[in-house]
Amino acid sequence: MTQPRPLLLVLLFVLGGCATPTELDIAKQAHEVMRASFKETGQATLDRLNQDLAQSACSIPPSTSVNKEIAATIEKENMASIRYPADGKLLGDWKSGERIAQSGVGKQFSDDPKNASGGNCYACHQMSKQEISFGTIGPSLLGFGKLRGNSEAIQRYTYGKIWNAQAYSACSNMPRFGHNGILTEAQIKDLTALLLDPASPVNQ
Amino acid sequence: MTVFRTLAIAGLLLGYAAVTSAQSAVDEIAKYRQQLQDGNPADLWEARGEDVWKQKRGPKGVSLERCDLGLGPGVVTGAYAQLPRYFSDADRVMDLETRLVHCMVTLQGMSLADATKRPFGSGTNRSDFEALAAWITAESRGTKMNVSISHPKEAQAYRLGEKMFYFRGGPHDFACATCHGESGKRIRLQDLPNLTEKAGAQLGYTTWPAYRVSQGELRTFQWRLYDCFRQQRFPELKFTSEASIALTTFLAYNANGAAFNAPAIKR
Ligand code: HEC
Ligand code: HEC
Repeated sequence: MTQPRPLLLVLLFVLGGCATPTELDIAKQAHEVMRASFKETGQATLDRLNQDLAQSACSIPPSTSVNKEIAATIEKENMASIRYPADGKLLGDWKSGERIAQSGVGKQFSDDPKNASGGNCYACHQMSKQEISFGTIGPSLLGFGKLRGNSEAIQRYTYGKIWNAQAYSACSNMPRFGHNGILTEAQIKDLTALLLDPASPVNQ
Repeated sequence: MTVFRTLAIAGLLLGYAAVTSAQSAVDEIAKYRQQLQDGNPADLWEARGEDVWKQKRGPKGVSLERCDLGLGPGVVTGAYAQLPRYFSDADRVMDLETRLVHCMVTLQGMSLADATKRPFGSGTNRSDFEALAAWITAESRGTKMNVSISHPKEAQAYRLGEKMFYFRGGPHDFACATCHGESGKRIRLQDLPNLTEKAGAQLGYTTWPAYRVSQGELRTFQWRLYDCFRQQRFPELKFTSEASIALTTFLAYNANGAAFNAPAIKR
């Protein structure tokens, strides 16, 4: 972060090949129109419409990829944001992880912020043989730990990926669960265990 | 008849819950949609909508029969297939609900607050918009979608809508494109139309409004956007807001050429 943000943003549009002033104008107008078109309800405040670097860069179609320079900047910034647990333990309880992976509540204006959010991993990933109701936006994670092993490096990757997916692939469609405060450290440990513990349904 | 339908739907849903593989669940849903297409409870909303349209209401005690939905005062048939559009009397682009509000205010003399009191109904608190939309859209069934973006304000709405479609934000970094930007994807078992392609936009747009079996309500396209934004973790979309009209213009235009086919019936 050596440059001030607006400059970086302009640079981004230039590098993104969408440098025409009208494109920028329309993006700005769209943002103004959106600010006027939503009302704050419960926990869903209007500042949710303010974008960070990754969000604004990944809003240019197809929105899941950007050029190499921007991707590298996004990945670097997001990598720097990952907070590993102070106690150094990355594996929690896979049974609790399974419940978190199943739960889709959290962060909607209709949700009670007092309740813990879920990860809703099954919305996008196949994760176990028992659960046939899984989505396909993300790759299948069936057998994840069996395939990757349980080394320190794999644990750190898995925990870090769930904390901030865009540290490893800019503009990923996967939410940045730790970075954006959707899930807690303890919940991410439980999910890491779900993916890596040999006893978890993921690895049967 | 209503009781019979409710029972039939409940039975089908139970059947749906009992199936064991993903593919057969999808087949099962297709089957029950097919079966219910002949007896869609949306009929009830359509009948009420026609009444609401013809009733003398508001401080001026007149009906909506002189409301101009774009094809001239009182012309309903085929009107929805050309909405949203630019209306010179209001000097802006309007979708169906926004135009109805305009007519309630200018023709019937209602206040804006009164007119927009209940965008979405629940149980006995019924929404006139859902009824009116059911009837008006049914009068476009079979008509080819033919939305214009030739007026500068229509072109502007389209371009803003396109930007919003790809706008990523909120705690989950979601945009419409996250869930509707690729073909053949699903969330859990729900198929997600790829709205960035002609076929997907046509399918997704021309089948709304829809009777939602899970809610026992008829829902409009604005409701569809409202609820997708909720799942997107965005704040609450305001009824008849400019963002809503822009996104609708973007999607409706992309559906051009397909025969309009709603009110439909959905999960
Ligand atoms: C909205 C969709 C979505 C949700 C929800 C989601 N993911 Fe993902 N996930 C993806 C996509 C897309 C990818 C592939 C792109 C990438 O690597 O970022 C991915 C990749 C991954 C990977 C990397 C796989 C590999 O081969 O290295 C892991 C691990 C993962 N997800 C775990 C999770 C967990 C755990 C959750 C729930 C807390 C979750 N995901 C929720 C979309 C999602
Ligand atoms: C987090 C996922 C998600 C996001 C983000 C999302 N949608 Fe959806 N959308 C869905 C799901 C799931 C369905 C199917 C719902 C069902 O069957 O009950 C759907 C259905 C639809 C449909 C109807 C398709 C049909 O064939 O019935 C339209 C149109 C639509 N969405 C538009 C949008 C737009 C526009 C946005 C952005 C404002 C958006 N969606 C954002 C998940 C999402």
